[in-house]
Amino acid sequence: MITLSHFIVLGAVLFCIALASLFINRKNVIVLLMSIELMLLAVNINFVAFSRFLGDVAGQVFVFFILTVAAAETAIGLAILVLLFRNRSTINVAEIDSMKG
Amino acid sequence: MIDSNMFQLVCFYAFAAVTVVAALGVITLRNSVHAVLSLVLTFFSTACIWLLAEAEFLAIALIVVYVGAVMVLFLFVVMMLDIKQEQVREGFIKYLPVGIVVALVMLGEMLALIGVRTMHEATMGVNPATAAGMSNTAWLGTALYTQFLLPFEIAALILTVGVVAAVVLTLRHRGGVRHQQASQQVRVNARDRVRVVKMAAEVPAAPQPAPGKETTP
Repeated sequence: MITLSHFIVLGAVLFCIALASLFINRKNVIVLLMSIELMLLAVNINFVAFSRFLGDVAGQVFVFFILTVAAAETAIGLAILVLLFRNRSTINVAEIDSMKG
Repeated sequence: MIDSNMFQLVCFYAFAAVTVVAALGVITLRNSVHAVLSLVLTFFSTACIWLLAEAEFLAIALIVVYVGAVMVLFLFVVMMLDIKQEQVREGFIKYLPVGIVVALVMLGEMLALIGVRTMHEATMGVNPATAAGMSNTAWLGTALYTQFLLPFEIAALILTVGVVAAVVLTLRHRGGVRHQQASQQVRVNARDRVRVVKMAAEVPAAPQPAPGKETTP
């Protein structure tokens, strides 16, 4: 029998894998974007599981909105990435420091 | 004869294992194209898990929207950019221990905080959509078009803004190229094209006396 904790543990594991990726792939913008996608996916798994187990439709509606916003975010992020590569010929985060932040 | 609940559990473990292994592949694979393909596998097996949770519409939407559109966009960009792998990979080994430690500590904290033991009591009851007498898609759509209509419209607006912003960001202006300008074409008047000038008609000059007929005095 699948219980709520199965889904929650899976979501937590996926989230932590994405978190580790932020540390070990700190130079590559593409992998950073992909780990953000993984984090959103982990959150979505939690939403779907709670919606199913509590019988509330709002969880699934929220997943729908998260998918929408994540798609828009990816489109803009990749556009910025292409622009960056065209101007600087690199996607290394360490070299993108012209704003001296 | 295997129990249906048992079968669901076996399916869940299989899909969850594929999801986790593919997610590990996303963050460790050397080649970016392979990493994107691994992310596709992660989304696919997650969609299977959502099917097990009887969220059919979202599972299909995940495959159509994410695997079909967003991941193809990722693949397109990764293949278009010429990335030097060695330069981007430096620091991988150096930060690997701290990444693993932070991830494990956070995982332990999360699992302790949310109380996995108590949630283990919550078993999957009757499907709420079936209890309401409709399919999952109808259940979701009913809520989306009544209770959540305004957020739904705003989501459409966000998508439009996102697409326009992406196009505007990557649009490149080249000099020396002549484009058709539709707005100027629409705005043109007949008066601008032809200018009628009033002037007196030209009268031919009076005929000269023919040469050679002159008489010398």
